[in-house]
Amino acid sequence: MGYLFSADAFNSLLAELKTRYKIFAPKIYRGKGRTAGTDLVAYGEAGELAEIAFDRKTAFSPKEIIFPVNQTMFYFTKEEFQENLPPKEDKDMIIFLRACDINGIERMDAILLQNGPYRDVYYEKLRGKARFFLIACDQSWESCFCVSTGSNRTENYSVYVREENGQVFCLVKDRDFEEIFSKYGRPADVEPRFIEENKIRVRLPEEIDQRVFGHKLWEEYAARCSACGRCTVCCPTCTCFTIQDIFYRDNPDCGERRRVWASCLIDGFTDMAAGVSFRAGYGERLRFRAMHKAADFKKRFGLFMCVGCGRCDDACPEYISFSKCLNRLSEIMGEVGQR
Amino acid sequence: MSLNTKAIAKNAYFISKHRGRVTARVRVPGGHLEARHLEIIKEIAERCGNGTVHLTARQAFAIPGIPAEKIPEVRKLLAPYIREAEVGMGVNLPDPEGGFPVPLPPNVLACIGSRDCVFGNIDTAELAQKIERTFYPGSTLLKIGVAGCANDCAKVHMQDVGIIGMVEPLYDPARCIGCEACVKNCRRAASGALRAENYKVARDDLRCLGCGECVLKCPTGAWSRGAKYYRLVIGGRTGRKHPRAARTFLEWAGEEAVIQVIANILAYIEKHRDKTLPKEHLGYIIDRTGYGVFKQEVLAGVNLGPRAKVAKYINFGGYAYDKGVQLT
Ligand code: SF4
Ligand code: SF4
Ligand code: SF4
Ligand code: SF4
Ligand code: SF4
Repeated sequence: MGYLFSADAFNSLLAELKTRYKIFAPKIYRGKGRTAGTDLVAYGEAGELAEIAFDRKTAFSPKEIIFPVNQTMFYFTKEEFQENLPPKEDKDMIIFLRACDINGIERMDAILLQNGPYRDVYYEKLRGKARFFLIACDQSWESCFCVSTGSNRTENYSVYVREENGQVFCLVKDRDFEEIFSKYGRPADVEPRFIEENKIRVRLPEEIDQRVFGHKLWEEYAARCSACGRCTVCCPTCTCFTIQDIFYRDNPDCGERRRVWASCLIDGFTDMAAGVSFRAGYGERLRFRAMHKAADFKKRFGLFMCVGCGRCDDACPEYISFSKCLNRLSEIMGEVGQR
Repeated sequence: MSLNTKAIAKNAYFISKHRGRVTARVRVPGGHLEARHLEIIKEIAERCGNGTVHLTARQAFAIPGIPAEKIPEVRKLLAPYIREAEVGMGVNLPDPEGGFPVPLPPNVLACIGSRDCVFGNIDTAELAQKIERTFYPGSTLLKIGVAGCANDCAKVHMQDVGIIGMVEPLYDPARCIGCEACVKNCRRAASGALRAENYKVARDDLRCLGCGECVLKCPTGAWSRGAKYYRLVIGGRTGRKHPRAARTFLEWAGEEAVIQVIANILAYIEKHRDKTLPKEHLGYIIDRTGYGVFKQEVLAGVNLGPRAKVAKYINFGGYAYDKGVQLT
């Protein structure tokens, strides 16, 4: 059913939802941007309509809500260990997010839940608590290319939400929410709208093979990239992690094991026990990332990994654009193919 | 030719080496101005001066080659600039048609700061303008410079008072992935205040410069910007006899404290300066009274804020350019 809310009605709805759910949404953190006097747009808990930044793109993706940057897997002493799964009584979560990010979470589901015989229980537990409230995009930002990757649309949501001049239009798909929405909203015809055109068009490389390996493109990127890792940290589809065993300083006989985000761009990712590092060069690292996003993932799961959110493009201090990189890969494959 | 050179100099003109010609000085607090104001500078230079403009080391304009009798015309042309750029930002100048009433304190210089520079922790021009509002027109020589961060591109270490923007880096271990980018960079490019510990980062508050480099380098936002603060360096100068770099007097001080301290420094100078000289730089006065007296007088009644630290003592060092001793 579709519903229309005044700002007040929507706030009442949020207040009641908050008694049952933790609500996460894009928020503006004033003065918290990297450089002085700039704001950070990022996910955080929200309780009121005015707090939700419907018209801004977050610098970091919502993946951190269900796949925390640091996650303690278990605590240990010399004798035993205690697993640390989220407690059952923890509230479920509502996440306000865009179509690209819902598609991104589907990529995360593939790699963390459907990759081989084991499901990642730490992810699964949090993921199972998440309900998606799809934010309608009424504009495409400079770096978005979700239309090219087909992630401009989704059917995977509980409620569709469109904010317009302080009013909120919702379409409820998930029956669990029908009652509470009908309590605060007026029935209305709401038709989900999706972005149909981005400023950037990317020709996805149909097929990438080993032939792009030796291309001079990577030398150029090697000279430009500073291996800061921002492009992977902000990506809604990057799920690489490392494991850290922490021995408490006051008592090294006990400690905890954590799962912590890692990045193929950052030093140390390919370090091996004997001191070998497989991708020491920054160009090689970018090539690995591009191949992973554009080819390898697709081979395994049948999905183009990148969802075209453009965050990596916005985040890169060296102005390395992944959409541009993909277009170049397509060109190269065309070039190579013709030979 | 009859000229009252004292009156002309007080009106912020230099008496030049060319007989009968003066150089107009145009203040630009913080070195930042509206591009349209360049038209005014251009017109004065072309109509009254010799068609050239000099950018002074204090980021003001010097318009040379003006025949003294054209001063009234310069004043007229300059009035809209004074009205917009000085009175407009709140400087108390009741008679913009009269030109700059005095040259003191000298133009407050600044790097571009956080308006444009990635590293800038503070809006340097804004602070320079606040200082202008508070202390201009005055009667005391106090060269003030503002730098957006500890890089000190503005070279405020060569000023009587240098102000350096700081930021308190705030750490959220829950966002830290232990990449050590901040640790390596702080060691290489800042102060070595950070060390990796159990895959997380510990900051040594005593070493930290408040430069904000860690915030810039962190990919996850584990470091974020806290409150802004100021470091004050004092006693720097160039000059014939005894040039030297300023030393740190205060750090982690608040903005209001900086303004109050400058007010007290002006009073301190007037009290202790050598009145037989036309003017004297702060550093010489501190040398004479001792740092203890300086500290006591300029901190009187100032609320430095809870984070501020004050130098216990200052050893200026510097070097003496004494030809009789050093050069044979
Ligand atoms: S690779 Fe870049 S554009 Fe693609 S999903 Fe990741 S952050 Fe978004
Ligand atoms: S954000 Fe840019 S510079 Fe940093 S690792 Fe990614 S491509 Fe390299
Ligand atoms: S002193 Fe700092 S803020 Fe100012 S220009 Fe230099 S680097 Fe930028
Ligand atoms: S603010 Fe500068 S000195 Fe302090 S920890 Fe960060 S990088 Fe190091
Ligand atoms: S740069 Fe950020 S993520 Fe990396 S170690 Fe430092 S605080 Fe942690």
